[in-house]
Amino acid sequence: MNNMGKQYETVIGLEVHVELATKTKIFCGCSTAFGGAPNTHTCPVCTGQPGSLPVLNKQVVEYAMAIGLATNCEITRVSKFDRKNYFYPDNPQNYQISQLYLPIARNGYVEIESGGVPKKVRIHEMHMEEDAGKLIHDEWDDTTLVDYNRSGIPLVEIVSEPDMRSADEVISYLEKLRTIIQYLGASDCKLQEGSMRADVNLSVREAGSTQFGTRTEMKNLNSFKAIARAIDGERNRQIELLEAGKPVIQETRRWDDNKEHSYAMRSKEDAQDYRYFPEPDLVPIVISEEWIKEIKAKQPELRSEKLERYKREYDIPQYDAEIITDSRIIADIFESAAALCGKPKKVSNWLMVETLRLLKEHNMEPQDIRFSPGNLAKLVDLTEAGTINSSVAKEVFEKIFADNTDPERYVEENGLKTVNDEGALKSVIEKIIADNPQSVADYKGGKEKAIGFLVGQAMKAMKGKANPQMVSQMLKQAVTESDS
Amino acid sequence: MGILSLTALELAKKIQDREISAVEAAKAAIAQAKAVEPKIHSYVTLDEEGAVQRAEEIQKKIEDGVLTGPLAGVPAAVKDNLCIEGQLTTCSSRILSNFRPIFTAQAVVNIQKSGAVILGKTNMDEFAMGSTTETSYFGPTRNPHNPEHVPGGSSGGSCAAVAAQECWYALGSDTGGSIRQPSAFCGVVGLKPTYGTVSRYGLIAYGSSLDQVGPVAKDVADCAAILETLASHDVKDSTSVKREDIRFTDALKADVKGLRIGIPKDYIGEGLDQEVRQALLDVAKLLWKKGAVVEEFDLSLVKYAIPAYYVIASAEASSNLERFDGVKYGYRAGDYEGLHNMYKKTRSEGFGPEVKRRIMLGSYVLSSGYYDAYYLKALRTKALIKQAFDRAFEKYDVILGPAAPSTAPKLGESLKDPLKMYLGDIYTVAVNLAGLPAMSVPAGKDSRGLPIGMQLIGNSFQEKTLIRAAYTFECETEKQFVTPAAGKGRE
Repeated sequence: MNNMGKQYETVIGLEVHVELATKTKIFCGCSTAFGGAPNTHTCPVCTGQPGSLPVLNKQVVEYAMAIGLATNCEITRVSKFDRKNYFYPDNPQNYQISQLYLPIARNGYVEIESGGVPKKVRIHEMHMEEDAGKLIHDEWDDTTLVDYNRSGIPLVEIVSEPDMRSADEVISYLEKLRTIIQYLGASDCKLQEGSMRADVNLSVREAGSTQFGTRTEMKNLNSFKAIARAIDGERNRQIELLEAGKPVIQETRRWDDNKEHSYAMRSKEDAQDYRYFPEPDLVPIVISEEWIKEIKAKQPELRSEKLERYKREYDIPQYDAEIITDSRIIADIFESAAALCGKPKKVSNWLMVETLRLLKEHNMEPQDIRFSPGNLAKLVDLTEAGTINSSVAKEVFEKIFADNTDPERYVEENGLKTVNDEGALKSVIEKIIADNPQSVADYKGGKEKAIGFLVGQAMKAMKGKANPQMVSQMLKQAVTESDS
Repeated sequence: MGILSLTALELAKKIQDREISAVEAAKAAIAQAKAVEPKIHSYVTLDEEGAVQRAEEIQKKIEDGVLTGPLAGVPAAVKDNLCIEGQLTTCSSRILSNFRPIFTAQAVVNIQKSGAVILGKTNMDEFAMGSTTETSYFGPTRNPHNPEHVPGGSSGGSCAAVAAQECWYALGSDTGGSIRQPSAFCGVVGLKPTYGTVSRYGLIAYGSSLDQVGPVAKDVADCAAILETLASHDVKDSTSVKREDIRFTDALKADVKGLRIGIPKDYIGEGLDQEVRQALLDVAKLLWKKGAVVEEFDLSLVKYAIPAYYVIASAEASSNLERFDGVKYGYRAGDYEGLHNMYKKTRSEGFGPEVKRRIMLGSYVLSSGYYDAYYLKALRTKALIKQAFDRAFEKYDVILGPAAPSTAPKLGESLKDPLKMYLGDIYTVAVNLAGLPAMSVPAGKDSRGLPIGMQLIGNSFQEKTLIRAAYTFECETEKQFVTPAAGKGRE
């Protein structure tokens, strides 16, 4: 949108919450498993019982350090927790343990590409904090219940500088963060399930201006598409206000993706005073040089390194390497299966084509994959040995994908082996030629296509188990030889 | 001598020797409590049936040779801010008047393991905020030496219970003097350990960075033995310290030769009652006679301790007490409209005036725009006070001073003027700010027959030095816990 010839620039900064993949909560030993009957993953600590005390989960610090290092942040050597005080029933202590004054990491950046142009998005800081419980409103008796299973799930909040200028840049920043964090194994980063959540801070200004406009903060963005729509919606709303000579109000807004509209939640004037102060129940986190070295050493290979290595080591094309390394889970399957069968390009084909197709068809994410690399490798071996043909292989792969079926056993039990026995084929072919004189005549008369029909008939008679090349060859020979 | 007049260690020995059973001891304490409670009111909850049952179990373990420790079978009382699973734990507040915890505080677990028979929960100032035990929702505790007077606070119930022989020892908590000052007022021995020595897990927090659980005992030997069972490294409390030197009873030696004792000039100057001052100088003289080196010195910054303490403790308290909101446990207002009204009514009705005053004070000093001027400045003051003590401990092993400016005031005198009451904490709060160990030991009585307490302050982790000095002094004087006025007649 662009009225009266004025050009506007959108300025965007993100606050990204990422749920860390620890087995236990940040300040107690309760499980972080998703689901579970309400208030079953709870204890005195995460329900705010009087006299309970928090104890920091070391794994949370290590994941946060790993993310900090992978996003080029400085790790704070003496980091502390603070209490953020506010009353709400999902927050059992009525304060959240977070970090304000000395966050675990600061001053980082990630490199993104937008429209083919590389760009750095700076990270202002990253801090650790605990998640709140969940309120469930019972419309029937007009009561609200609270489930503390989520209370105390570890989060990091990554706060970027206002360095992004478009929805495209925002999406590539988020995709980059997601890939890095997934590669680290620090989170599964599922936007839909809320293990990655982004709040968008957005303002507009006239192109060329060096002053920032008044920003708003947008919440409730559950998908990349919603984020893109919300950015466009908010940009247009702000420009319309400015064009009408009205001020943009600094406020928090909630995006309703169904209505494609945002609603004001609270303005700066209603902003609460959180009365932050250092959490006296926890001691400072002192991070030594050795500890940082240890985390760095444990740091897995990140995507760009892996991509280059795949091209080099497995001799697969850039295109394949990009698709396969997009998800660490797929990359891991690729490497294991390639090692087992020694045919990386074949493995890559199964992953790029059939696996991605089935994932899409079933609306699944790579982390939902259940099959083992071993079974994929066996499938490649079976196909390459000519034990099964490619159409049987596709059918078998669907089985593998669905139930992690052992392809060798499946092929055996269902009699799917390609019949390479010339004798068996010969009698079938003789019968097909006898039964289809018209097609035989057509082929002889120069209709090349007619052979396809005959091959199809033969394959059908063989219940698909024949080697189609062999059938075609034998048919051609038999037809030519047959007396007309 | 009757059973009630025994010390905890003496009683335990008789129990081990099968002269007395743990059950008899528990019953004797309960009978004494029933006789004196109408006048003294040390307990919020006296668990008669449960106590006798536990005594029977413990007696069996003693007979089976499972429990052989020096305190096995001894009946004890626990301040009502320490959680005991399934037992009312009220903090003497209406807001927790119906609260039964789902777990037991580590300090309580530790004495249970040593064979303590817990008789019940003792009265206190509401959420440990007060110096008289008059802010309790359940009404005040009275001083067993003279019921017209307060027992001190906030661990007033624990100290009164020991003084009135309603138990052989008790647990208290000390955030700004809450063990030492009432111990002084009640003529018992109380010790506030170095911060981190006793687990705070299950202690309902007042000022988290200052709170410590500690023993209230009849004499120094009991005090050392109880502390030995209380101290433990607890992974559930991040501020818990791993200590190797916790055989405190090893320090029970009457020997102060060469011990360097410093008396801060500010501690014996203006504002100190003349009789208390004289008693203190008598203590100094006695220790000097036994071979200690005694000097006066300047411990600067003391006057800043009270404002720094009230800023920090109130700030932490304002946050610690947020969880009492009527949602999850405790009192909830009877009728309300919506969430905010429920919060407001529950907390307005559930907290008493002193607690509200400190929540407001604490919220104010943490609010944006005031944080630097008050809270941060108080934290800096705290660091400077710690440095002043560090310098003092380069020269002295022990700092000697009063536990309170006077002996116990009369009921109703203190709450009229809260600021004056806060100033009464002048000799105790600096110790908490610096995280140091300190103990209060009886040092005679004033002309009205009210106990005077002296305070010994040590460097971090130097409880043993305090115990040695206190024990030396105690050996030279008549023990004071024997049959205070309120306890007479039952023997």
